[in-house]
Amino acid sequence: MAEEDLFRSDHPVSASEDEGDDNEERRHHRLLEAVSSLAGRKRRKLTERTEASLQVSEFNLSCEGAREKLVLPELLGSIRASSSLGIVKKQLNRVKQKKSVELPLSKQESERVVREAAYNKTSKAVAKWEQVVLQNRRAEQLVFPLKQEQMGVAPIEEVLTSWKARTPLEQEIFSLLHKTQQPVTDPLLTPLEEASLRAMSLEEAQLRRAELQKARALQSYYEAKARRKKKIKSKKYHRVLQKGRSRKALKEFEVLRKLDPEAALKKLEEIEKSRIEERMGLRHQNKGKWARSRAIMAKYNLEDRKAMQEQLARNKELTQKMPMESEGEEEGDMAGEGLLPDSINEVQPSMDGANPWMLGKPSSEAKDSGMQEDPKDPRESVAQEDAGSEMSEEEILLQDFEQRRCTRQQTGSPEPEGAGEAEEAHLFVELLSNVQTGPGVEQPAQGPEEPLLSEQLGRRCTLEEIDALGQEEGAEEQERPWPTRTLQKSEEEGCAGGGHTAKKAPKQKMINLQAVLAGESHVIQCPAQPVSVQNEQEDEAADQRLVIKEAFAGDDVIADFLREKHKVEQAGKPQAINLVLPGWGEWGGTGLQPSARKRKRFLIKPVPGPPRRDQHLPHVIISQQRNILAAAHQVNEVPFPFEHHQQFEQSIRAPVGPTWNTQRAFQKLTAPRILTQPGHIIQPISAEDASPQSTVPTRGGSAALAPTPQHSRHHQRPHKKAR
Amino acid sequence: MRVKVLSRNPDDYIRETKQDLQRVPRNYDPALHPFEVPREYVRALNATKLERVFAKPFLASLDGHRDGVNCMAKHPQSLSTVLSGACDGEVKIWNLTKRECIRTLQAHEGFVRGICTRFCGTSFFTVGDDKTVKQWKMEGPGYGGKEEPLHTILGKTLYTGIDHHWKEAVFATCGHQVDIWDEQRNSPICSLTWGVDSISSVKFNPIETHLLGSCASDRNIVLYDMRQSTPLKKVILDMRTNTLCWNPMEAFIFTSANEDHNLYTFDMRFLDSSVMVHMDHVSAVLDVDYSPTGKEFVSASFDKSVRIFPVDKGHSREVYHTKRMQHVITVKWTSDNKYILCGSDEMNIRLWKANASEKLGVLVPRERAAMNYNQKLKEKFQHHPQIKRIARHRHLPKPIYNQAKELRIMREARRRKELNRRKHSKPGSLPFVSEKKKHIVAVVK
Repeated sequence: MAEEDLFRSDHPVSASEDEGDDNEERRHHRLLEAVSSLAGRKRRKLTERTEASLQVSEFNLSCEGAREKLVLPELLGSIRASSSLGIVKKQLNRVKQKKSVELPLSKQESERVVREAAYNKTSKAVAKWEQVVLQNRRAEQLVFPLKQEQMGVAPIEEVLTSWKARTPLEQEIFSLLHKTQQPVTDPLLTPLEEASLRAMSLEEAQLRRAELQKARALQSYYEAKARRKKKIKSKKYHRVLQKGRSRKALKEFEVLRKLDPEAALKKLEEIEKSRIEERMGLRHQNKGKWARSRAIMAKYNLEDRKAMQEQLARNKELTQKMPMESEGEEEGDMAGEGLLPDSINEVQPSMDGANPWMLGKPSSEAKDSGMQEDPKDPRESVAQEDAGSEMSEEEILLQDFEQRRCTRQQTGSPEPEGAGEAEEAHLFVELLSNVQTGPGVEQPAQGPEEPLLSEQLGRRCTLEEIDALGQEEGAEEQERPWPTRTLQKSEEEGCAGGGHTAKKAPKQKMINLQAVLAGESHVIQCPAQPVSVQNEQEDEAADQRLVIKEAFAGDDVIADFLREKHKVEQAGKPQAINLVLPGWGEWGGTGLQPSARKRKRFLIKPVPGPPRRDQHLPHVIISQQRNILAAAHQVNEVPFPFEHHQQFEQSIRAPVGPTWNTQRAFQKLTAPRILTQPGHIIQPISAEDASPQSTVPTRGGSAALAPTPQHSRHHQRPHKKAR
Repeated sequence: MRVKVLSRNPDDYIRETKQDLQRVPRNYDPALHPFEVPREYVRALNATKLERVFAKPFLASLDGHRDGVNCMAKHPQSLSTVLSGACDGEVKIWNLTKRECIRTLQAHEGFVRGICTRFCGTSFFTVGDDKTVKQWKMEGPGYGGKEEPLHTILGKTLYTGIDHHWKEAVFATCGHQVDIWDEQRNSPICSLTWGVDSISSVKFNPIETHLLGSCASDRNIVLYDMRQSTPLKKVILDMRTNTLCWNPMEAFIFTSANEDHNLYTFDMRFLDSSVMVHMDHVSAVLDVDYSPTGKEFVSASFDKSVRIFPVDKGHSREVYHTKRMQHVITVKWTSDNKYILCGSDEMNIRLWKANASEKLGVLVPRERAAMNYNQKLKEKFQHHPQIKRIARHRHLPKPIYNQAKELRIMREARRRKELNRRKHSKPGSLPFVSEKKKHIVAVVK
C-alpha cells in the first residue's frame, strides 16, 4: 500500500513530459487500483518497462525521472507512519543527520591521546598506594624488613602433630595412649565416649539431661539449705533441733525394740557407751567457765541458781549407774533443759541493769566533751614532749593488757550447752566492743572509774614505748589492783617529774580525765620547775634575736630591698618619647616653652608593657632582661613543625631520660623511628606488605620494646656512657 | 594492739644470678630530680659532640679497576656482593666483607655503560659501548674455563643504560629508544620512543613494576608503562637529568639527579611541580640511589663528594668526601640500609657508613638504649643554636666550600634582583614562582 503511495506521489512529477493518452491510461490504471484496494486485497504491482533506456535500474524502477535528482526529504515526507516501513524511515533519518566522517587524527595527535589515557589510568592505579605511603610517613616507628615472621606461640595441635615419639619410653607412653584412644588434640572426648553418646537417642539424651539437671539443682538446694542451717547461731534453734533429734532417736529405738530386739540391744549398748564416756568426762560438773561465772552470779540471781542446779541435776542423772530405766527420765530432763534457756533468754534484758559488766560502758562523746572542757595550762601543754608522761602511759597500757588477759580467761571458750551461754556471749561481745578494762568481778564498783581505751585509728604508742613496756611488764605483773596503783604511781611521777601528768591528757584521749582525776582531789600541784626550763629556752631565743638585732641595727634591709625593687620597676617601665621641638609653628627662644598642646601632641606615650612577673611577690625581684649569656643557648624562633611557641616549649619541657621516666616509658619515648635488622635485606614494599603494613604504626613502641624485654633492668642509666 | 614490722619481699632486692645487676629502686618524684630541661640539654649537647667525634664514615676502598668505575649493581640476594663496571669494559665482582675482588671479567670493548642483576641473583646483564647486551652468570667459570657470556645481543645502536624488571624475566635498555626485552629473545618485545633522542638512563619502578622512568639528553624525564607499551608523560626541566631513582617504599615518588647541581623529587601523578628540590651539591649530580627504607637517598656528584639527603628535606644531612676521591660517577645504598658504595673516576670503589657515627657490630642492650636516648635528645634539642651549630658542622674541601659560597652569593644576587624587579614593576605582573616550579620548563602530555 505504502509503496504504491510512493509511486503515486511520483507520478505527477514524471508525467509532465509524457503524452496525454498515456496520462489517461495511467489515470485509468490508478482508478482500477484504487478500486481494487477498496476491496481490501493487497496487490503489488511492478511497473513495467515499456521502452528501451540507457539507464536501467536494477531495482526494477522505471527510469522515467532519471535525469532528475531524488531528494531524500521528499522520499521521507511521503512515508506515512506504518509498521513495515518504520525501520527504513529510521535508517533514512539517521543518514540524514550524519555528517561526513572527519579525517583520521595525525599520528602525533593519536599517540598523544593514547598517552594521556594511559597516564590517567596509571596515575589512578598508582594512587592506591597513597594511604600506605601516608601511613608510613606518619608512623611512629617502622620496622624493616617489612615482612616479619610471626614470633607467636604455635597452637598445641601443630606442635603435637610435628612431634614424634623417639625414645622407647615415649613410644611406650604413646602406645598406651593410643590403646585407650585418648584424644591428644582438639576433640576432648575419646572415641568410646563419642560412641556412647551416639548410642543414645536424642529424646533419651534430653530426658536424661533434664533428670540430671533436676538432680543437680536439688542437690545444690539441699547443700545451700544445709549450709544455711549450719550457719544458724541461735542456741535455741540448735537446742530444739537436738531435742527433736533425740526424740526421733528414741522413737526409732522404740520401733527397733519391737521389730528387732537384737539391733535394739546393740543400740542400747551404744547409748550406754556414750553415758560412760560422759561419766569419764568433766561435763556437767560445774567446772566450766560458764558454770564458774554462774556460780558467782548465783548468789544474787535466782535464775542463775536455778540453771546451776539444773546442770547439777543433769550431771547426777548422767553419772548415775542405772542400766535401763533411765530413758524416760532422760527424756524428761531433755524437755526440762529445753525449757530452761528460753526463760533465761527472756530474763536477759532485765538483767542488763543489774549486771555490773554492763555498767562500765561510758559514752565516748561524753569523754570527748570532757576532754575539751578540760582546762589546760599552756605551760603544761608546751611541756608535753617530756619523757615522763610516757611512763604513766605505758603503765596504763600494761594494765590494759593484763585486764584483757583476765577477761579472756574468764570469758574464753564458753560451754556450748550451758544454760546462760547466750548471755555470756553477749557479754563477751560487749566486752570486746567496749574494751572495758574492769579488773574482774571482785571489784565491780571500780569498773566505771577505770581508764578506758577508745578505739581509734591512730597509733597511740611508739616502738620504744612498747620496748619499755616489755621491760616493765615483769615488775608490774604482781601488782593486782591496777587502777588505783597506777593512778597513784602516775600521780607520784607527776609530782616527781614536775607536772607531767596533765600532759598525757592531750596525748591519749582515751583516758577520761574526769574519771581519772576525780575532780579537785586529783588536782596536781605543779612545781615551777618545768616552767623555769621553758623560760630559759625562751630567754635564749630572745637573746639570739637581740644579738641579731644588734648586729644589724644600722641597716633596714627590708626597706632597702623595697626601694631597690621600686627602682628596678621604674627602670623596667617603657619610657615616653619626647618629640617636641621648640619653635615649630610658634615663637621660640629663651624662656619660651612649647605650648601644652604641642607638648601633648608630640609626647608619645609608651604602651604599658606586660605586667611584671614579680608584681605579686613582695620579696622577689625577677629580672626580665634578656640574659645574653643564656641567649646563646636559646632558640630564636619557633622551629618549623611547631605552630606556637607554647607547643615547642612543651616539647622541650617533657623529659625523656630514665631519670624522670619509668623504664617502660623511657623505652617508649626513645624508640627509634626506623628499626632495621643488621644483615637483613630490605625489599621494596609490595602489595602483600602493604596490608599488614597498616598495623605497623599501631605496633608503635611495643615493637621497639620487643628485642630487649629480658634486659629491661639493664637500662637504668644509659646516659652515663654517653657523658 | 598490733605491732607493725617493716617487711620486704626478697624478690624485690635479691638477684637471681650473680650476673644480674643490682636493682636500684627509683623514686621518680620530679621534686627529687630538678632541672630536667637543663640536664637534658647538657646531655644532648654532649651527645651531639660525641656524634661528631665518632663520625668516621669511611670504611674501605676497593681498588683493582684499571679505569674509572662507570656503573655499579647490588646483588639482590647477597649483601656482601657488589658488581662494578669500569670504563675499560671490565666488570668486577666484589666481596664486601673481605673487601676484595672475587671475579674479574672483560665484558665489553670500551665503556661498560650499564650493569644490572637479575632479581634472583643468578646472573647479571651488562651493556657496553660495543653495542652489545650481554648476560653473564653470577658464578665464575670453573678452573680453566673461559669467561663467556650466557647470551649476547648485538644491537643496532649504542646502549647507554640497562635495568632489570624486579619480578619478571624482562629487562629494559636505553639508547636511542627504550627497548624492553624478554630474556629469551634476541629482539626487543617493544620499543618505546617519544621523539628522537639519546636516553641516558632507564629505571624500573620497584613497586609498580610495569612502570619505567627514563631521562634523555634533551632535558626531559619520560615515564613509560610497559604493559600498555606507551610513554605516559614527559617533563622538561631546565637542564639535563643524568639519572633517576624510584623510591622503594613510595610507588609514585622518584628523584632525579640534574646537571644544575640539584636533585628533584617528583610525584609521578603531579609532574608540573616537584615535591622537593634538594640543593647542596656544587656541581652536576651524576647518580642517585634511594635507601631501602625510602626515607633518604644518596647522591654522587661531579664535585667529588657524596651527599645524603632526607627525602623530605631540601638540604643534605651528610657529605662524604676524601682527598683522593675524584668525580663520583656512581653510588649505591646497600640493601640493609647500613652502607653506601660509591664508584669514582679514580678507579676506586669506596665503602661508607650510611650513618657516620654509628657503631658497627652487635650492640649490648644498654648500649642500644643509650644510643636511642642520645638520638632522641639530639632530635629534641636540634633547634637549639649551640647544638645545631655542632650537628651541622662539616668539613668541606676548599673547592667545594668556595664553590658553595659562590653559589650562595649568586643565588642571593638573583633573589635580590628579582625582588628589585618586582618592587619596580606593576604589582602582580611578576608572579612569584616557587623554587619547586621554577626549574620545570614544561610538562608534555
